[in-house]
This record gives sequence, structure tokens and C-alpha cells, in this order.
Amino acid sequence: MNFFTHLGRYLLMIKGMFSKPENMRLYWKELMHQCNEIGIRSVGIVVIISIFLGAVTTVQTAYQLITPLIPKTVIAIIVRDNIILELAPTLICVVLAGVVGSRIASELGNMRISEQIDALEIMGINTKTYLILPKIVAALIVVPCLVVLAAVLGIWGGKMAGSLSGILPPEIYNDGLLEDFIPYNVVFAMSKTYTYAFIISSVPAYYGYHVQGGSLEIGRASTKSVIVSCILILLADYALAAILL
Amino acid sequence: MIEIKNIQKGFDGRKVIDNVSATLETGKCNLIIGASGSGKTVLMKCLVGLFEPDSGEVLYDEDSITNMNEEDRKMLRQQIGMLFQGSALFDSMTVEQNVRFPLDMFTKLSAKQKHEKVNEVLARVNLAEANNKFPAEISGGMKKRVGIARAIVLNPKFLFCDEPNSGLDPKTSLVIDKLIKEITTEYGMTTVVNTHDMNSVMEIGDKIIFMHQGHKEWEGTNKDIIFSKNEELNQFIFASNFLQDAKDMRMLEAKGKISDDRDMDKLLK
Ligand SMILES: Nc1ncnc2c1ncn2[C@@H]1O[C@H](COP(=O)(O)OP(=O)(O)OP(=O)(O)O)[C@@H](O)[C@H]1O
Ligand SMILES: [Mg+2]
Repeated sequence: MNFFTHLGRYLLMIKGMFSKPENMRLYWKELMHQCNEIGIRSVGIVVIISIFLGAVTTVQTAYQLITPLIPKTVIAIIVRDNIILELAPTLICVVLAGVVGSRIASELGNMRISEQIDALEIMGINTKTYLILPKIVAALIVVPCLVVLAAVLGIWGGKMAGSLSGILPPEIYNDGLLEDFIPYNVVFAMSKTYTYAFIISSVPAYYGYHVQGGSLEIGRASTKSVIVSCILILLADYALAAILL
Repeated sequence: MIEIKNIQKGFDGRKVIDNVSATLETGKCNLIIGASGSGKTVLMKCLVGLFEPDSGEVLYDEDSITNMNEEDRKMLRQQIGMLFQGSALFDSMTVEQNVRFPLDMFTKLSAKQKHEKVNEVLARVNLAEANNKFPAEISGGMKKRVGIARAIVLNPKFLFCDEPNSGLDPKTSLVIDKLIKEITTEYGMTTVVNTHDMNSVMEIGDKIIFMHQGHKEWEGTNKDIIFSKNEELNQFIFASNFLQDAKDMRMLEAKGKISDDRDMDKLLK
């Protein structure tokens, strides 16, 4: 199948998602369930990755800035901007594309293969609205929270690494954090995050929902969805930087 | 009443359903029988709109599901119950939650009423103690019965069962057949059952459609089936010698050749 068939079916899926829920309460329950699945279950990995990201960035930046002419606060500035602009949104979302994306694709793929999606259709339920919309909305709610968490922890991890390794004391790091802070960077980072959140939920949903064949195909669909989401994240990264900066 | 009009369906250029027309009657058990791979499941999926037929249409009480818009189709489907060949239970939910799901979605009953209704249908399919088990923890036959319970919990107007008896022991099988027959007449449903179980055919076959390699080969009732001269049908139904003998016997009996037990003895020698 070529690119345009996929794109067309993807857009039709997105369009088909918007219909009136048959029963608000069950949809709400499903949304909460997905927030838990996508958000709470990914907290662990996000915490670990972001602390180390911050630490490594601090150490490596210090290593590159050897001249004593540059004040140490610059290290904190670089760490802060790197984490907020790129590492927290993009890297965390690439990781989430693997963690969350494969879960979404295999869950939907399994439901498709075992005819559970057909069973829902037969009851008169719009399966796109019931199964896909809550996942995308949940991702739009929790992924930004995870990214903010990652940014905070990353910056904290940088401070820890700085003082533990004796590169720069926490007071200087704190001073550096407040220097030349551009609030627009946060806005930019959040617009990236929302775009990625949409990608890492809708692309796997598309591949999972349209699985055909047997259980082998489920594995293939989830691998494919992770690859495609990662590529789309990087493309979007570049496009947004070109447009918004 | 469901009217099937010249349905055709193929996959990758290979015809699987070839120009099938039939009428499925209300208040009766309409059976679709046929060998494995003859197209029963595909035909049933065309009937409920899970497959779009390549040509032809399906009318539910004069409304064509084939040309219906999404909204109307959803409304119609709320009156349809379907048991899938592989049961299709939701594996993230327990047995009770599975059966309760349609009630949660489409009714405003209280939790207690729902619980009672669920227990009532589970009791009808002979499944009383599995409420809190997950589909992965119950046997294939039990899954079938949960599937049936879920299909009938909203008292649908149209009931579709894809092989309700496969994987069930003869006794439970009979219970399920009786249940299907009972609710069909009780609620005046239009019931369509795919099967290759000869017991069910004889037991509940008010109307039988015999599929052979994708087309309708024969149509009649369970009373006609014994006397049918259709070659393919006879080969399919009376495949075993035992059944063939039984059939011969019924034919002779019907022709008045056997008048008392002595003749019977002679015949058996
Ligand atoms: N999704 C599909 N794609 C391609 N071919 C299919 C598909 N579904 C069914 N077929 C083909 O259609 C034919 C009829 O299949 P169907 O499942 O209707 O048989 P059946 O009569 O239900 O058999 P059984 O009694 O074993 O369930 C088979 O030859 C099968 O290979
Ligand atoms: Mg079948």
C-alpha cells in the first residue's frame, strides 16, 4: 500500500472518531483508564531517563567549556535550555513512542484479530470513538505532564551531578538557571509536546486498528507504528523549529 | 424478517459468496448449514454489515442495511445480538463485566438491576459460578456460552449465532439449542444460526439454508431434509453410515413398508 492510501485511511480514522458518545459515563471511564495506562505507567521510565539526561548534559557541557573566561553559570544556562527545548519534549516522546505506542498498537491489534472490535461494532458502538479517541485525548492530557516532569527532574539532575562531581556548586547553578530565561522557550516546548503526543497516540492507533491477519501481524504493526512515530516526531521537530523559532 | 437479495462477496478476486438470495423469517430459527469453508461466516458477516457485499443487498424489515448511513446503522445494530465463532469476549473484562457491557452502554438500569439481569442470562446458559473469572481463565465452551449470554442480554430483535455448539458437549449443546429456540419464539426474534451440528439441525431447524462452495444449494425445513433428493445435501448430512441407515429407515417407514416389529427385524438383518 502506498503512502497516500495510508494517509487517506488515517485521516478517515481521525474524522470517524468524532461522533456522539453512546454513553458519556463509560467513555469517561475509558478516558481515565487510558490516562492511567499511558501516564502513570510511564512515570518510572520518564523519571529515570530525565534525571540521567540532566546529569549527563551538565557533565559533558562542563567538559566542553574548558576556558576559564566563561563563567560557570553558562553551564546551567546551556543545560536548562537544552533540556527545555529539545531533550525533555523530543527525547522523552521518542521513548514514549516505544513504550506507549507499542502498547496501543498491540492492544488494538489484538482486539481486531480476536474480533472484539467487530463485537463492539455489532452492538452499535462507534469503535473509533470508543477505542481511539480516549487514547488520543489521554495522551494529550498526560504526555505534557510527563514532559514537564521530565524537564524539572532533568534540571534537578543536572544540579545534582554538578555538585556531586564538583563541577559547579548548586548556588552558581541556581543563578545560572535564572539568567537570560526566555519564557517563549516553554511555549515552544509545549507546542512540540502536544504535536508529539498526538503522533504517538494516533499513529499506533492507526496501525493497531487496521491490523489484518494473525497474531504475527500484531507484532509487525507495533514495530511499524514505533518506527513511523519516531520518524514523524523528528520531522515535526524540524518543521516546528523552522516555523516557530 | 431479513431478506437477502443476490449477495456476492469475494476476496482478492476469489468468489466466496456467489449470488445468494433467501428470506429469514421472524420468530423462527433460520439455520445456515454447510461444510467448513463453504462461506457461512462470511455470509453472516455480510448480513450484519461487517463485510460490505460486492453486490446485492440485505433488508431488515424492508430497510437496506447495505445502503444505510452510519447513524441508522448504529440504531439498527442496537437491536442485533451476535455470537462470534471465536466468542470475541473482551479480555480485559470479567465474565460478568462482559455480559453487563451492553447494559452499561445502552440502558439506565441501576447497578442492582443490571447484576440481576446478568445473573439471569448467565443462569440460562448454564453458567452460574464464573462471574468473576476472566475469559483467559475459562474453557472454550464456557466462552461460547458467555458470548451467547452477552448477545441476548438486551433481548435483541435479530440474533446471529456463528456455531453456538462447536466445542460444547452434547448435553450443554442441547441446552443451548433449546435456549435459542425458546427465546426466539418467546420474544419473536429473527434468529440466524450457522452450524454443522446435525443435532441442532434436526432439533431447531425451522428453516434451513444449505451452503455449498459459496452458493445456496438447498433450502427447506428439518422435516424436508430427510426426504431431500439433493445429492450434495445428502452427502453432507448423512455422511456417516449410521445416519445413512437411519435415513433409509425413515424413508421406508414413511412409505409404509414397516408395519410392525417383525419387518424391522428382517430389515436389520
Ligand atoms: N477475511 C478474509 N479474507 C480472505 N478470505 C477469507 C476471509 N474470510 C474468509 N475467507 C475465505 O472465505 C471462505 C469461506 O470462509 P468462511 O469462514 O465463511 O467458512 P465457514 O463456512 O464459516 O467455515 P467454518 O465452518 O469452518 O467456520 C474460505 O475459503 C476462506 O478462506
Ligand atoms: Mg465459520
